[in-house]
Formats: sequence, structure tokens, C-alpha cells
Amino acid sequence: MSPPLLVANGIRKQFPGVLALDNVSATVSRGEVLAVVGENGAGKSTLMKVIAGVYRADVGELRLEGRPIRFNGPLEAMRAGISLIHQELNLAENLSVQDNLFLGRERTKWGPVKLLDRRASAEKGRILLERVGLPGRYLTYTVGELPPGQKQLVEIARALGLDAKLLIMDEPTSSLTQKETDRLYEVIAGLKAGGVSVLYISHRLTEVKRCADRAMVLRDGRNVGELSKAEITHEKLVRLMVGRDLTQLFPRSHFPGNNNPVLTIRGLRFAGGPPDPIDLDLRPGEVLGTAGLVGAGRTELTEAVFGLRKRLAGEIRLDGHLVRFRCPADAIRHGVLLVPEDRRLHGLVLEAGVEFNLSLPNLNRLNFATLIRPHAVTKLYQDAIARLGIKTPNSTVPAGLLSGGNQQKVVFAKWLARGPKVLILDEPTRGVDVGAKTEFYSLIDELAGRGVAVWVVTSDMEELLGISDRVLVMHEGRWAGELERSVLCEEAVMQLATGGGQT
Amino acid sequence: MKRNLIRLTGVGVLLIVLFSLLGFSGGAAFDRSNIYEVLSRHGALGVITLGAALLIVVGGIDLSIGSVVGLSAVTFGVLMESGIDLSGTIFGYRYVILTTSPISPIPAMLIATGMGTIIGFIQGLLVTRLRLQAFLVTLCGMFIYRGVARQVTAKNTGLVGVRELHPEFGSTLDFLRFWLVGKAENGALVFPAQLVVCLVLATILGVILHRTVFGRYWYAIGYNEQAARYAGVKVERQKLAVFVICSTLAAFAGVLLLLFSGSANPSDAGTSLELYAITAAVLGGCSLRGGEGLMIGFVLGALVQPVINNLMIFRNIPSSAEPWVMGLILLIGTIADEMIRRRSRLSR
Repeated sequence: MSPPLLVANGIRKQFPGVLALDNVSATVSRGEVLAVVGENGAGKSTLMKVIAGVYRADVGELRLEGRPIRFNGPLEAMRAGISLIHQELNLAENLSVQDNLFLGRERTKWGPVKLLDRRASAEKGRILLERVGLPGRYLTYTVGELPPGQKQLVEIARALGLDAKLLIMDEPTSSLTQKETDRLYEVIAGLKAGGVSVLYISHRLTEVKRCADRAMVLRDGRNVGELSKAEITHEKLVRLMVGRDLTQLFPRSHFPGNNNPVLTIRGLRFAGGPPDPIDLDLRPGEVLGTAGLVGAGRTELTEAVFGLRKRLAGEIRLDGHLVRFRCPADAIRHGVLLVPEDRRLHGLVLEAGVEFNLSLPNLNRLNFATLIRPHAVTKLYQDAIARLGIKTPNSTVPAGLLSGGNQQKVVFAKWLARGPKVLILDEPTRGVDVGAKTEFYSLIDELAGRGVAVWVVTSDMEELLGISDRVLVMHEGRWAGELERSVLCEEAVMQLATGGGQT
Repeated sequence: MKRNLIRLTGVGVLLIVLFSLLGFSGGAAFDRSNIYEVLSRHGALGVITLGAALLIVVGGIDLSIGSVVGLSAVTFGVLMESGIDLSGTIFGYRYVILTTSPISPIPAMLIATGMGTIIGFIQGLLVTRLRLQAFLVTLCGMFIYRGVARQVTAKNTGLVGVRELHPEFGSTLDFLRFWLVGKAENGALVFPAQLVVCLVLATILGVILHRTVFGRYWYAIGYNEQAARYAGVKVERQKLAVFVICSTLAAFAGVLLLLFSGSANPSDAGTSLELYAITAAVLGGCSLRGGEGLMIGFVLGALVQPVINNLMIFRNIPSSAEPWVMGLILLIGTIADEMIRRRSRLSR
């Protein structure tokens, strides 16, 4: 029997202050999809980077097809047939698909003149695109114009061009629509049939169940278990990941009443938004979920309400009073707060300290004649740490160094200190591990219980079904339908989200 | 913050080395008159560095500083010599917008400085409202203000001429000259008043930067403008304010320049000062990416060039060598900074 494609044995990787991997082993056979699962900080990404040659293991060995390997950098790994598909894609957005496919190893003619051989590249490029299910005309498209899902397929095609034997995908579906995700699965299945192996990191356990042949679970940098395809269940995975049973993922103690809406939107149209006017009612004490495919216009709508987009028509009322938010500062003053989708870009000043970030929207209360009151800021920081259990070494550590869950807690905490009236959450638990998710869910429940109107935009189906009192589904900038909690189910949501009309 | 401290140590060590070299040059290097001279230049460069650095902190840049200094110096002189004269001939037509009699020194100083405020306001609006790039807006400004200065007068303007034409301005000029640049009636440097002025401004701006809400907003904008906006900071308003501060300080520095050197030439007064100011800001801990730097660093950074300049005189090195020495020091500083950055990134 030939040796497995890749064997990692006793890998240890120490970073200053953190033991990221401690005696971790993994085996990938030819044509196998192995899912690597674990909470944030469990060491998944580090393991991937060790295998892909980005990092070098301190101890332990890697074998590719039985031969020991040691890479100096990801380029060598790529040449050996191991390609890492990045979370943030590594394509030159301004170049065409064809140029990207052969970037760094262009096909040339005329010897040392190195004239680009367009015809040869186009031929080979067409074959590569075909393997990921994209039509040949895509070769001339500019990468920057493609939706994220297709960019990812291009990146996979590029890896295939290098005769990749092992593709490493780090959260490949985090920015994909459902359709694109399905497409990716098909491509993965095709690759598998062609003998290519895939190492797959995901936070979405449903996906793992769906596409992996085997799942290995990491916790605190150690192997804690492996499940074969048949054994993979949600409960088993979570138990291994967290190391305990999660008693209740979605705590529910609030009861949405039938109060008058706190936020009323009528006939809203906004810059960069859909042509159709939008209506919305949001009641205090309810959790309104908004579903829809990526690109359906949900984020844009929240931005418009938060004063980030110019209002073209229609009106927004808060407690019955007409409000005009020209900038976020106006919305914030009225208690309409947004936890943005991209916390690293919009939610946090990554380079600045936790305390700095917490203070930023609250400075109007924490000053005396514009002089910042340091004690008040420190108190705010201590309260936030205690209330949300933010794990941070100190108040000045750059927010960017915290784990995803703790970063998001900081974003939440800065708004909680302002006493929200309407809290808009755009993908509140993206990149947050399972343990911390529950904390957020119970926080949302608690806020709703205290009369805050919570409006959650999410692509996470489980989350949507778990926390919403009511769900509005968006399709191409319009409301496709509304579902009360009693009739809420995945099929109904998907039907509306894909334009299937009222059920 | 930690990196700020490392940078502060860097510029501190550099200054100690430079001063030691100066001390061992023998001669009159550590004489009071020479030290006062160096500190005077330090103060003058410091005033514009403060503005340039704050603008860099919020993620902007100003290339027009030197031209604003020149325009302000020339305007200040011309206002006192002959007053405002907005008349002339264009395409053969004579036009008159506004003419006045000569203006006495203190109002003239305020008008010249206020011109900087207006320039900063316009540049700030162009950057924040029209979303033009600060680099381009201020590059255009650099040419425009220099051109305007040369339109205002073709020849040197100076205090000697003002005194001759208007003896009644003499006492006020002496007063301003003594308290703002520390020069006596006979032109001798009594004390480095420009440094005092600079330190007073640095203290005020330092409190604003490090102790007030505005300063915190500026750092936030410099690091991540988007996040600041999402947190409810009125980004445009804050940036506009810093543009105004920067150009106002530059115009005020033009006033100081004329008072200190006694005359200003419209074609070269203040040229390349923006580059010295940006250099000083970077040596003092600014990152051109924005969001970094401490006020004390900016003050120290502005001391480097005057000391090097003085050192060259005492070491008998031709002044033609100064540009490359400055450039090299900045380059070494940048390399050291990048090395530290890489190491701290790896140690995460």
C-alpha cells in the first residue's frame, strides 16, 4: 500500500507566550477531505500554516507521499503540491483571471525575450477553469469584478495549475452565498474524484457534516479527537471542541410583547441601494432576524439606517418622531447603534488599546470641558471587562491582538455603555467560536428582555432560527417575506431568500 | 504606545550623539550665543513641525507649508510697507478690488496668520468634502501660494524698508521682535524666544492631543478612519480642524521668519520647509500611515536639523552636504523603525 499523501507527526510550534501546537498529528489520504475543527485559538490556522510552509515547526516531522519534507516558505510548498487558499484571497484584483492564473510563472515564448504566450496560457487556463466549473470566457474578466465565490474558484484553479495534490482551505465559505457554497462543494467533490485532497477549516459545523470524509478536532493546540463521516454529529463535534456539553446554545427568557414600534421605516430609498422603497417596523423587546443571501442588500440597509448612506427618499421615525441621520454620530445620539459586519475594518481601531476603543463613542460623557477623565474611562473599561468577560491582558493591548470573540465583545461593550434603544447587529458572531457565541446569544436575549429592539442580520441559519422572534427575508433589495417564530424553519427561509415567493 | 516610546528613545539618542559631536568640535560650539542660535532655529522649525505632525497623525499630509510660510512672510512685510493693494491690470483692463493704506504690525501679523487659517480651511474642505487626496491638494497649494507670493511683490520685502517708510511702526516692531523672536533693537539675539513660543504652542497642542477628546479622535482617525466614523466621530470636521491648525501655524511661522531674518524674498522664503517639517515629524515618531507619535517627540524631532546644520558649520563641512546627511539619517531611522516593527510582529 502506498503511504498516505500527507503525514504530520508530533508537530509543536511555540510562539512567544503561547504554545500554539503541542504534539499535533494529522494524516490525509489521497482524495480525502479532512475537516479541521476547533474553537478560535485552538491552533487550526497555525497547523495549516505549518503544513503550507508559512511557519516552520519547532519539533515534529512532515511527510509528503512518504518522503520527509521541510519547506522554506509557502512557495516551495506550492511547488511540492501543497497550496493554501487564503481567508483573505491573494489575487491581484486589477488583473484578468488569466493573468492571475499564471501570475509568477507566466507562459512565455521567444526564449530570453520572454514575450507572454497568450495563446498557450488561454488554452491551459480554459482547462483549469473547467475543473472548477467556470466557463472559459472568464479568462478575460478582471478579478476585482468577480463576486467572492468566483474569486475563490479562480484561486483554486490557480492552485490546480501548480498540480496541487493538497489544497488547504481556511474558512472558505465565510464570505460566500449559499449558492456559491453549494458550488464550492461540487468543485471539492470533483477534485476529490480527481485524487486531490483537501484540508478544510470551518466554523460552520453543518458544512463539516456535509462535505468532510473525516473531522479532526483541535483544542488548545492538541488533538482531542477524530470522527469519521458516519460519526460526525453536531453534538459530538461541539463536545470535543468545547470540552463540555453546551447546555443551551440559544438561551431564551425574553417575551416579545406587542408594543408600538420604536423604529419605523417607510418608503426608504438610499444611495447605492435598490430601486424599490423599503418599509420596516421594529418593536422594543423583540429580536428581528434578517436573512437573505450575501449581496441581497441587507448590510446596505443597516448602513442607511445608521446614517452611513445618503437617504434619497422616505422617512425614518424613532418613537414616532421623524429623524434624519446624516452621519453615524446622529444615529448614535438617538440610541440607534450598529455592530458592523466587518469588525476589523469598521468596528475597531485595531492598533489602539481596548480601553481606547471602548471609550471612543462614549467620550461625550467621559470628559470635563473636553478634557478626558481618565478615571471615568478606566471605570468604563473595568465595567465592560466584568460585564462581558472580555479576556485581555490589560487595557492598552492593541484590540487587534485579541481573539475574534473578544474583539466582538469589545465592539458590543462600547455600545452597551451608551444604553442602546435600537441595536443593529450585522453578522454578530462571524469568526466567533462556539463557546463565545452562546454568550452573545444570551446577551442578546437579555437586552431584548430589557426592552432593547435588536435587529440581527445574519447568514448563519442556525443563529437566525435560534434567536429571532420574527424573520424578514430579503431578496435582491426587497422584502421577500416575513416569518413568525412559530413557522420559522430553514426551508421556508431559503425558499424566500432564493426568490421562491411567499410560502 | 510601546513603539512610540522606542521611537522617542531613538530620537533622544540621536540628539545626544549630535550634541556630543558638537561639544567635541571645540571652539565656540557651546557658547551661549551659538546655543541660542540653534535653539532659535529649533523653535522656528518646531512651530511648523507641530502642525505638520498633527496632520500626519490624522492620516493627512501638507506639502504647501513652505509656500504658506513664504506667502505669509511676504504678505506681512508688504502689508506694513504699503498696505493691501488688490489692483492691477489684466488683459489690458485695470481692476481694483481693495486698497488700503499701510497696516500697522500687529493687525498685519494677524492678517498674515489668518490667511493661513483660510488656506487651511479651503484645503481641508477640498480634502474632506470633495474627497480629494491631501497630497495632491497641498501639492497644488504649494505652487499656487508660491506664485501668489511672487505676484504680491517681485522684490525683497524687509523690516528696514518698513522702518524707513513708516517710522511710527518702529516701537511696535521692536516689541514684537523682542517677544516673538528674542532679538534686540540692534538685531542681536538676546534669548531664543522662538523656542519659547514653540514650547507654549506644543504645550497647548500637547494637552489637546493627549488629554482631550479631540486628540483621541485624531488618533482614532489616523489609525482607522472608517472605524472612527462608525463609532460616531465626525471625521470630516476633525480633519478640517487639523488642516486649519497646520496652515495657521505655517503662516504664523512666516511672520516669525520675517521678524527673525529681517527680510523675505518672495521666490525663496520658506522653500522646502514642508519637507524639513515632515522629516522632523517622522524622526519624532510619526508614521506616515497615521495614528502614531507623541507631542514631545515632535518637539525633539524638530531639533535634529538645526543641530546638524550647526554641526556642519563647526566641523567645516560645506553646507552643501547637509541635504544628504539629513536624508541618510532619516533613511537609517526608517530602516531601524521597520526592523523594530517586523520583530514585534513576529513576536505575536
